[in-house]
Amino acid sequence: MTTFPDLAPALPELILLATAIFLLMVGVFRRTDDDGPATSLALVGMTLALIAVVFAPSEVGTTFDGLFVSDAYTRFMKGLVLLGALITLIMARSYRVRERMNQFEYPGLITFATLGMLMMVSANDLMALYVGIELHSLPLYVIAAFKRDTRRSTEAGLKYFILGALSSGMLLYGCSLVYGFAGSTSFDTLAMTLGHGDASIGVVVGLVFVAAGLAFKISAVPFHMWTPDVYEGAPTAITAFFAAAPKVAAIALFMRVLVDPFGGMVGEWRQIVVFIAIASMLLGAFAAIYQTNIKRLMAYSSIGNIGYALVGLAAGTEQGAQSVIVYMAIYLVMTIGTFGCIMAMRAKGQMLENISDLAGLGRTQPMVAAALGILMFSMAGIPPLAGFFGKLYVFLAAIEAGLYALAVIGVLTSVVGAFYYLRIVKLMYFDEAAEPFDRPIESEVSMVIAGTSLVILLFFVYPGPLLTGAAQAAAALFP
Amino acid sequence: MNTLPILSLIIFLPLVGAAMVLTIRGEAEIVARNARAVALWTSLATFILSLALWAWFDPANPDFQFVRTIEWIPGLGISYSVGVDGISVLFVVLSAFLTPICVLASWQAITERVKEYMIAFLVMETMMIGVFCALDMVLFYIFFEGILIPMFIIIGIWGGPRRVYAAFKFFLYTLAGSVLFLIAILTMAYVGGTTDIPTLMDTAFDPSLQYWLWLALFASFAVKVPMWPFHTWLPDAHVEAPTAGSVILAGILLKLGGYGFLRFSLPMLPDASLFFTPFIYTLSVVAVIYTSLVALMQQDMKKLIAYSSVAHMGFVTIGVFTMTTQGIEGGIMVMLSHGIVSAALFLCVGVVYDRVHSREIETYGGLVHRMPIYAAVFMLFTMASIGLPGTSGFVGEILVLFGAFQANTSVAALAALGIILGAAYMLWLYRRVIFGELTKENLKTILDLDRREIAVFAPLVAVVLWMGIYPNSFLDVMHASVDKLMLQAQPTVVQQADAAQ
Repeated sequence: MTTFPDLAPALPELILLATAIFLLMVGVFRRTDDDGPATSLALVGMTLALIAVVFAPSEVGTTFDGLFVSDAYTRFMKGLVLLGALITLIMARSYRVRERMNQFEYPGLITFATLGMLMMVSANDLMALYVGIELHSLPLYVIAAFKRDTRRSTEAGLKYFILGALSSGMLLYGCSLVYGFAGSTSFDTLAMTLGHGDASIGVVVGLVFVAAGLAFKISAVPFHMWTPDVYEGAPTAITAFFAAAPKVAAIALFMRVLVDPFGGMVGEWRQIVVFIAIASMLLGAFAAIYQTNIKRLMAYSSIGNIGYALVGLAAGTEQGAQSVIVYMAIYLVMTIGTFGCIMAMRAKGQMLENISDLAGLGRTQPMVAAALGILMFSMAGIPPLAGFFGKLYVFLAAIEAGLYALAVIGVLTSVVGAFYYLRIVKLMYFDEAAEPFDRPIESEVSMVIAGTSLVILLFFVYPGPLLTGAAQAAAALFP
Repeated sequence: MNTLPILSLIIFLPLVGAAMVLTIRGEAEIVARNARAVALWTSLATFILSLALWAWFDPANPDFQFVRTIEWIPGLGISYSVGVDGISVLFVVLSAFLTPICVLASWQAITERVKEYMIAFLVMETMMIGVFCALDMVLFYIFFEGILIPMFIIIGIWGGPRRVYAAFKFFLYTLAGSVLFLIAILTMAYVGGTTDIPTLMDTAFDPSLQYWLWLALFASFAVKVPMWPFHTWLPDAHVEAPTAGSVILAGILLKLGGYGFLRFSLPMLPDASLFFTPFIYTLSVVAVIYTSLVALMQQDMKKLIAYSSVAHMGFVTIGVFTMTTQGIEGGIMVMLSHGIVSAALFLCVGVVYDRVHSREIETYGGLVHRMPIYAAVFMLFTMASIGLPGTSGFVGEILVLFGAFQANTSVAALAALGIILGAAYMLWLYRRVIFGELTKENLKTILDLDRREIAVFAPLVAVVLWMGIYPNSFLDVMHASVDKLMLQAQPTVVQQADAAQ
């Protein structure tokens, strides 16, 4: 069989690939340090890919001998990933010029990483899974250390790389065990072989390793250790990127792996997911209380949020998958908005990262303060803001699956979490003003802040499109 | 009339007002003036609409009226569904009545960030009215919880010296109770297959499940009421909140707990409600007696009234759980009366606080010599709080006692003891603040109520007397709905036997 593979299902990936390669050429031939047209080119490529995703057919299409799958689920998740990558890239533009990070490699690496994420979402085979993960991780290691003349950034990159390599090793080991005991790497074949629920112990051990490797990518406890350091050390624009798109892609892959090839072993993996969900929610809630650096705080907040998303996954139902998708979509918007606000924290040309620098923001920057206030209340899950609906969905899924204890622990940790989100509101509105921020805030950053906070605030008016889209995506995952 | 979505108008009119206030730009002085005016007129318009609602309401119909349902969240069957029955309609009117009074009471007391203050109050009015109108569990929860945001901000920005502590305690305490309520809502939605409140009232839940659901609901409502020993957030929040914040807190937010028991616990979980009645009685009697004693010893006027609120709310929970017509109607009357009287008492404290900037009882004395009108007004509300016949407080308390005597004599006797203690702490407060010689230097120049303040108090005085002298205009509205509630609140076994006959 030497027929040429059908390329149509992989159109968005091909666009990104072409863009990334073209960016490298541009860099080589321009021979200057600043990135010139590279960022714009990357943005164009990503927009084209997004258009290709939006207009992709929603019926199932596989290609490359079944290694690659495209359906309503991948379409939805790729849309989220591309949106996250696009917005964070736009937001970073003037930041990079100011911080002298405007080398042409930056958009190229981001494009490669995004390509890797799309591959992860579409992976339909353990090998495609591994290749996708590596393609998204390697550029991220480099980007984390992008400010190579600062110690924090290089430390972040190195730490990320070492722990990432370890997790890749675990993942690969798990894959090989699964292959050895189940006899295939294809998700479809695995689903058929393991569908009867009588998997051998070797497959179970393999599943544990695969889950551990993937839990590292979504930074779930106990594989979260890299997150606070990398979030804090990496330049803020890059942290914003880390917190958004890769999380969505990793959750999408995690869900696909557990539901599709290991769908018959839900009894086995549910224990793992319940445990890491509870551990993540608890750690995310309690560890964040003592943080003084807002990027570290956001790292713990993202750990906690992943915990909530996993509550929906633990249900193991279509309803649960839908809740995870809804949760991640809302989380993506909230995170990007919050990092937009963090990027606006700049005084006398220096980036500020301490939470206490937000004091009195309600007076000095009323619009940013209002937006951040909305985002924080939403993160705390207070209705009628969007974050509440995300939590509503995951807890409903947990209850429908009979996981009452998980749901109760979840809501109680959300009360603890509310404390530190409220602390930010308190600083901005109840405290005396600190040093005012530099004005004006760059237009692209303020547009992102305004857009995300309005989406979060007004989500309740018309929640239909996101919810039905998520329902279709979840239905595709459970054929 | 049926073509007009009057409930949605009442709910969202304040929100429109808030949006208008948001758009006001210009100099600080002009912004403040316009913000006050817009807030006052919107809230007055809302109040007039709520009076129209009351007029159009059909007291003979026990079901929900003015019902509107719009599909909202596809897939889960959550809808935007509003309607009022005889129990909730008066609370809608009460909320709409108190908001313009709050705006007026803050006219001069609030000088900083007036725009944000008015927005917070208008948003809160939308949430409060929405809670009482919601006919969908999730919608109810959204309004119920959403109130926390504006209240947190009101206490935190415009509150007293310990405002941050009080705001956090208020927010986290109530949130911790409410999240369990959310779990109960989701469970009921899953078991009952809908979030529609009228349908769920007719759904028979398995008794063993009922106990857990009831406890989850209790966690939320007991904090809101607040019942002893979950009341500790209340004195802090009341003392630190600005006057108008205390008014809303005492006038409306405390009613959400009692309303929740009436709307959810009794009709949806009748067996569990019956089972836990002795538990509620115990906590309520402790609340009535213990918090009255605590109130007796307070040095701070606001704290004293806050503790008296806890005691009055003890009456409400006793009345509601007697499951007799008198008891439930009495409980609702105590809530309505307390909504007016405690609001008025906080405003009374606010009047002297604005002049002297102290809430300590010791700093006052002999005010009757300089402030005769104030003394008379304060006297009336003191009497209403004690439950003197002819004032609003009497009707509710006597009905609750009637109901309690039918259900449990010792509870009734102990509750009656609470009334005596109530008279003690209120009269003692009144004597120390109003009577005696005017010896304090700074009080010698104190001024009596001005026109604006009289405009604030006049409607409150009128309503207190109206409720006391002719309570039937309130009781008639609720009869039919309370009777229906009594049927729903019968244990499942009895209901099934009735159905079989």
